[in-house]
Amino acid sequence: MNSLGFDKPERDTRVVVAMSGGVDSSTVAALLHEQGYDVVGVTLQLYDYGAALAKKGACCAGQDIYDAKRVAEEKGFPHYVLNYEDKFRQSVVDDFVDSYLQGETPIPCVKCNQTVKFRDLLKVAKDLNADCMATGHYIQRVVNPETHRAELHRALDTGKDQSYFLFATTQKQLEFLRFPLGGWTKDITRQHAERLGLLVCDKPDSQDICFVPNGDYASVVKKIKPEAQRPGDIKHMDGRVLGRHDGVIGYTIGQRKGLGIGGGHNDSNDPFYVVKIDPVQNTVIVGPREALARDVVHLKDCNWLMDMPADTGADDPEKYRTQGIKLSVKLRSVMTPIAATFIPQSGGHAVLYLDAPQFGISPGQAAVCYADNRVLGGGWITRTESTALPIAA
Amino acid sequence: MIDPMEPVYLDYNASAPLRPDILALMTDIWHRPGNASSVHGFGRTARKYVEEARSRVAELVGVKPAQVIFNSGATEGNNTVLHAYQGQRVLVSAIEHPSVLYVLPQAETIPVTQDGVIDLDALRQLIEQGEPPALISVMTVNSETGVIQPIQDIAKLAKACGAHLHTDSVQAAGRIALDMTDMGVDYLTLSAHKMGGPQGVGALIVRRGLDIPRYILGGSQESLKRAGTHNTAGIAGMGLAAEMARQGLQDYDRIRNLRDAMEDALLGIAPEARIFGTQAPRVGNTTDIALPGVDAQIQMMALDLDGVAVSSGSACSSGTFKPSHVLKAMGAEENICRSALRISLGYGTTASDIDRFISAWKKMYMTTRVGS
Repeated sequence: MNSLGFDKPERDTRVVVAMSGGVDSSTVAALLHEQGYDVVGVTLQLYDYGAALAKKGACCAGQDIYDAKRVAEEKGFPHYVLNYEDKFRQSVVDDFVDSYLQGETPIPCVKCNQTVKFRDLLKVAKDLNADCMATGHYIQRVVNPETHRAELHRALDTGKDQSYFLFATTQKQLEFLRFPLGGWTKDITRQHAERLGLLVCDKPDSQDICFVPNGDYASVVKKIKPEAQRPGDIKHMDGRVLGRHDGVIGYTIGQRKGLGIGGGHNDSNDPFYVVKIDPVQNTVIVGPREALARDVVHLKDCNWLMDMPADTGADDPEKYRTQGIKLSVKLRSVMTPIAATFIPQSGGHAVLYLDAPQFGISPGQAAVCYADNRVLGGGWITRTESTALPIAA
Repeated sequence: MIDPMEPVYLDYNASAPLRPDILALMTDIWHRPGNASSVHGFGRTARKYVEEARSRVAELVGVKPAQVIFNSGATEGNNTVLHAYQGQRVLVSAIEHPSVLYVLPQAETIPVTQDGVIDLDALRQLIEQGEPPALISVMTVNSETGVIQPIQDIAKLAKACGAHLHTDSVQAAGRIALDMTDMGVDYLTLSAHKMGGPQGVGALIVRRGLDIPRYILGGSQESLKRAGTHNTAGIAGMGLAAEMARQGLQDYDRIRNLRDAMEDALLGIAPEARIFGTQAPRVGNTTDIALPGVDAQIQMMALDLDGVAVSSGSACSSGTFKPSHVLKAMGAEENICRSALRISLGYGTTASDIDRFISAWKKMYMTTRVGS
């Protein structure tokens, strides 16, 4: 059995490596090539980087395509650039814009992994007769010795763990994927990059969303949908108008800074938080921090990497409230998983009951479920409720 | 696994392999110092090579040597011609190389038929629609489909309205006989590397009695028509390439037979595949074939990994992929444009090359079918 899990020589094992031009995926490609695999590098051109932006530390700019090509040329394995501008626009950017206009806070990186990378590029790998596809993600694929099925586990380096962004990986995709860096820290990756003489070994890590320059997503949304910037009211939960906003896209649930309305809703001058965004009324609703508390989270378009209970419990949520699956969940990328009870529903929906209320859960983000380090799957947050406070939000 | 055999090269329209005789000649010249403009013996020797080459290129297109201006290739030649018509009415065909299509912002495009031939009726209408055009530019042979354009008919229309006619002949040289006077064109552009010569050398040929403004300024080379030290070895290589292209015309039946047999075999494997330009006169070395539903870039990658080099439409400089503007102009649907592969043969192509291509193409076809 070789290191990628195939019972044949490395040179007869074709692996397509998704290369972004950064240190991680370049190291994966160069390492597998060093081990003797039949490596085929592929880099996706996702947008017209010349027209859109020139920005450092983003994954798909022109410099990164050049870097990926140079790594492949230096090491001597074939490399191709696929023009996925149309696919990326349809599958990721349009969805990103729509989601913001719905008052949500989307995660385009998950959509990108889910569509252009693990659906479209993976199909390309199969068309090229590849045995598997490898990426530079920090996540572990573990084959369960009993079920012989692949499982997704958090990266050993919890600081680099990308499991939150990969929850939508299907079981079928997972069987075909390999993540050679999942058991390494970034330092080890850099050491190997240096040892392999990679030109990219001291490149900075990519930051934020690749097609959004300087994290200014609002300007991207405005550029694509200029009508999105419609001024409206900032209202208190009780209905009082406190101020004006210049477009709901500039606001996120739980946001405190930059509201421009000051604090002072009570004697201790506590600040206001965005508690709801109403795209239909074009209103941003603010309130005290307590109003953000939620312990019921509704999910859609779920993907599960575990066996589901036979009874979905859709008719009897209370039963599952006590008997549902206990797990831990992350409701945004940077948080420690918290305890919850999970109740699957039909049509790819699910409900999560959190053991303790959370503040600032935003629709459009993902809820990713874990059993210790194992990723069980997750879904997209559609709405939240509070069992203590009957707030419709 | 990568095929241990030498890869098969079927991308002659992108660049033909350098002919060994030409490499030998150029190597010999590179061993000597000398600037073709110098007065001393070294310079005179270099100049002799340049002038011999000029005669050979002139002979390829049936003109006098003095009409040949050497330059860096057809992109420069095309730019030189078009730049001379800035601010004037210019008509270019919709299937031209980018170095014709995108030089003048005001250029209007002449449509082509479904078979990839200039639509003469449409051209006639275009001419009548406004002030008479100053320049018409139509390539002799299209690089993607290999379709031969009716240059003589276009020349008649041009002459009737007083327009000058330019033709980019890079894909025609060595594949069909070229006689500039017979064709009735005023400017003709060539590149050495499309006919087995070196890259970075070309020629602009101008009808007698016509002058063209200089495009590269600063030196008195090429009778003041194109500045810059002569690329002596390259120019000599182009001269020999022109000579061999002219003599190699007889060999073209062999290439055409290989190409036709290959097309029959491909259609036998995949009856749904579609070959472009078959209803029009085509040069014998080019096949443009769409496999609906399979992205051309995937086809090209799969074939490359199996050791066969072909091209998907027009390779743009970044190495990424854009659907063919030529097929689009021919009215092909988007998914057809995206699935077209260009196979181009040449002097070095053998029957076993074609067999290897066919078996690799069949394998690619089966794999992508199963996967879909």
